[in-house]
Order: sequence, then structure tokens, then C-alpha cells
Amino acid sequence: MSDAITAEGLVKRYGEVTALDGLSFTVPRGTVLALLGPNGAGKTTTVRVLTTLLRPDGGRATVAGYDVVGDARRLRSSIGLSGQYAAVDEHLTGAENLEMIGRLYHLGAKRSKARARELLERFDLTDAANRPVKGYSGGMRRRVDLAGALVADPPVLFLDEPTTGLDPRARAALWDTISELVAAGSTLLLTTQYMEEADHLADQIMVVDHGRAIARGTADELKDQVGGSRIELTVTDAAELETARQALARFAAGAVRTVPESLQITVAVTDGPESLRQVLGLLADAGVRVRDAGLRRPTLDDVYLTLTGHQASGTDPQAREATR
Amino acid sequence: MNALTMPIADGWTIARRNTRKIRRSPDLLGSAIMFPIVFVLMFAYVFGSVIDVPGMSYREFLLPGIFVQAVLVSAQVTGYTLTLDLQKGIFDRFRSLPMAPSGVLIGQTVSDLLMNLASLVVMAVMGLIVGWRVHTAPHEAVLGFGLLLLFAYAFSWFTATVALALRTPESFNNIATTLSFPLMFVSNAFLDSSDLPAPLRVVAEWNPVSTITQAARELFGNTSAAMKTADAWPLQHAVPASLLWIAVILVVFIPLATRLYKKAVSA
Repeated sequence: MSDAITAEGLVKRYGEVTALDGLSFTVPRGTVLALLGPNGAGKTTTVRVLTTLLRPDGGRATVAGYDVVGDARRLRSSIGLSGQYAAVDEHLTGAENLEMIGRLYHLGAKRSKARARELLERFDLTDAANRPVKGYSGGMRRRVDLAGALVADPPVLFLDEPTTGLDPRARAALWDTISELVAAGSTLLLTTQYMEEADHLADQIMVVDHGRAIARGTADELKDQVGGSRIELTVTDAAELETARQALARFAAGAVRTVPESLQITVAVTDGPESLRQVLGLLADAGVRVRDAGLRRPTLDDVYLTLTGHQASGTDPQAREATR
Repeated sequence: MNALTMPIADGWTIARRNTRKIRRSPDLLGSAIMFPIVFVLMFAYVFGSVIDVPGMSYREFLLPGIFVQAVLVSAQVTGYTLTLDLQKGIFDRFRSLPMAPSGVLIGQTVSDLLMNLASLVVMAVMGLIVGWRVHTAPHEAVLGFGLLLLFAYAFSWFTATVALALRTPESFNNIATTLSFPLMFVSNAFLDSSDLPAPLRVVAEWNPVSTITQAARELFGNTSAAMKTADAWPLQHAVPASLLWIAVILVVFIPLATRLYKKAVSA
């Protein structure tokens, strides 16, 4: 049994809407899989099915060897879940929250208390341990919630958008914590809308859209899959944007992306250096003043855009990119 | 842990959490206890000076009614907190744990019971201050309080059912108020229901609030020979009728609440 999580043709429908459309994947023991996709792609539904919160309409899945439908109780002893919104009790203190979770894992009163103390220390919450969670910052709440998932030291962890809504500093701190966990050998299924998060934490990334897996691989493999390098060009004058776009379109291996706000154009090309040289020559002849031009490897953002056809959130909300 | 001890142990863990929660929400605790206190004072001193009950003081007549009313009021508080929980992720957390699923509602109703016990103590002390007395043997008085607590426990399964069916705090509050006021006032809790016009009188006589109130009055000795008890069967046999009501409520609403809980949390 080398796969901690297996899913075969999972289907979940909500009336007319198909949230999961035959999703299949496996997560080898001790590895991290990130489910990447826009809102409504089926990421949370997948987590809810795998953590027994939701019964699938079709397909089957196992976690730690236990069937999500037939063996739900034993499965729950082997998992830890940290949800999209921090599922902690605001009126209880951090210590009380963790102790309660320990008791519900049936660790017994004494071990639950000791474990709560241990985790609070590890998550740097000792000072706040005896204050109601109500007064915690967003980052502290997430830490308590994450600690809650670790109370029973379960072999398989599910983190559903663990850093959504956190400021960059709290996010970086939580990433460090998650990285440590993973280094200790836990299997982790993570959902995220953030490229950097998947890139940073996951061994494998699965891009999900409309309840289907549309790509899977390491960050590098996914980048290779969308091919070649990108020319990224910035002009000085909005009036010249269209001329530049037409020049670039002649070399394009895919869609040309224009961001009018930042006077920026991005295009995938096959022969990077040669294309760049020719584009710059063409633009110089046309009298277009180029402020900045460069060649870069595709980012996960490009992967995402190419595969799903929509812009990932979490990069720059101001950049409303137009795909033409 | 086996299938029998687990729901109890888990229920107790949840009950502890709920009582802590309520202890730390002074607004909720305040409304559960203050409301009936205000009612005691208002009815004892304002209405009491106008309403005349044959053969006894109005305050003695009133207090058992107030006890029952306190149960209805605190049920509103716990139903409200249940809908608040539903809106947050805490039930997802519970359901991802290897706990007994029944533990959540067992915990909820047990913490309701503890809160009712606390509010009953406050009401009884309040009653003694304004002149309410127990005129029966101690064991009958104990039975009286026991019956009130049993009713409170059964009633909280009803409350949980309503809360789980409505799911949002706003709609729960609206429905709870519109339901509890007629339950409370079209009864014998605050006045002699035999004085009511016919259709209202029939409703009042068969209202479970009247039955429990009448049973409490009998067990505390807050009745008078000068006051005729209505002919309706539940009022003539108030104690067995109360037990019957309690049994019916439990039999109907435990499975119903359990089913609605499963439905509410698996959406």
C-alpha cells in the first residue's frame, strides 16, 4: 500500500451543477499534491469527499487504505483537516479548542491536554493559549486550525486553501510551518488558488477545472507542457500598444496577452532568442519605443492560463489581462 | 471505547464546550436569565396587583408558570447558538473527527439542560424573594423540579429540530419568537385559562405549557381548592399527562433532529 490517497472516477452533482466529473488521482505516501484551480473548480468538493464530509454520487476513494464511504469512522482516525475558513470555536481559548479536539479523537483527558500544550508551543501560540480565539489575528486563527488538524498526529493531512485571506507575512510563516510538517513525512493534499503556494509546497500539482483534472505533474513538467519561452515586452506609449501587438503576433506560438494598464504584452514563442531579436528589429523600424523587453521561462501562471483559459487569482488582482 | 460509551463521552465533551461558550457570552446568558426575572417582577407587581386568583396569592400561582416560561426562553438561546455554529466551519471539524456523530446533539441538549438547571435555581430564589412558597413535602417538590428539567430536556430536542430546519440565526429568532409567545400566553401560565373565551380556552387547556404548569403547581402545592381545575383531561391528570407529553416530544424529535442534523451538515 504505497498510495495514501486514491480516487477513482469521483462524481458529485449538486442539482444541475456537476462539481466533480469523474476525477481520478493518487497521492503516494509521504508526498504533497496540490490541487490548483479557480473557485468552483471542485477543489473543496474533492477534499470534502475524501474527508467523509460528503458522499460521492459515483466513483470510489480511499484514504490511508480506508474507503471513504464504507470505512468512514476508521478513516477519520487517520486524517487531519484544516478548512478554508478556520473551524475553531471563537469563544474557547486556543488551549481549550485543541484539548477538545484531542478528546474527540479519543486521546483521553491527560494526553489531550499535553498535546494541546505541545502544539501551542510549536505554533508559537503559548502566550495566547488562554485567551479566547475571538481576539486572535487571522494568522493566529489559521495556526490554531492547522494545529487542530495535527492533534492526533495523523498520517494524512488535508489543507483546504490554508492561506486564503492571509497577509503575505502570515502566509510565508504558514508555508514554513507546512514545509516542516511535510519534511516530517506526512502525506498532504493541499488545495490552493495561488501559483506560488503550489510551487512552494507541492511535489506534484494537479490542475483542476470544472471537476476534472486537466493536467498533472511537477511544477517544471507543467511549465514544459505549455511549451517554449515567453517574450514579455513593455512599450512607453499606449498608442503604440497595438503596433507592438501585431509585430509580436507574427511570432506567437499561442495567444497574445495584453495588459493595457501596464502597457505590457506577453507571448509564447518557439525560438526565443531569435524571435526576440527579430521583434525588436521590427519595432525599431516602426519607431515603437520599447521600455523593457525580455525572455522568460513560463510560470505556473502561464500554465494555468493556457490550460484553464482563465487568469489565476492571487497574482495581481489589478492585472485584468485581456486574452486576444 | 464502545458504541455505547462513545456517544456519552463525546456528548460530554461537546456539552462542556457549549457551557463554556454560553458562560463567555454574557449577552446570551443575560437574556436567558434576565428575561424571566423581568417577567417575575412585572407580573408579580404590575399584573399581580390587578389579577385576582381565587383562594391564593397571584405570585404563588404565577411562579410555576414562570419556571416553564424560563425553559422556553433559554431554549431560544441554545437554538440560536446552534444556528450560529451551523454557519461556521465547526461542524465540519466535528464530522472529520472519529467521534460519535450523535455526540453533537447529545452535547447540545445536555448543555441546554445544565443551563436550564442554572436558570431554574435563579428563578426559584427570585420566587422565594417575592413570596412564592412550596407547600408540599420535599420529595414532591423535588419531583416538581425534576419534571420541569425533564420537560426542558425534551423541549431542547424540539428547539434543535427547529434550529436545524431553519439553519440561519435570523430566521430562527423570528420563528422562535412567533412560536413561543402564543405557547406562553395562550396557556394557564400567567392567568386562569378558564376565564378565556371558548376557542382560546380549548387551545390553552390542551397546550403542553398548561399541562406542565399545572403539574408543577400541583407538585409545589401552588393550587387552591377555591380554584376549579378545567375539565380537560391533561389538566385533570397533569402529572401523567406531562410525562406523556415529554415522552411524545422525545420520541418524535430525537429522530427528527438527528435526521435534520445529518442533512444540514452534509450539504
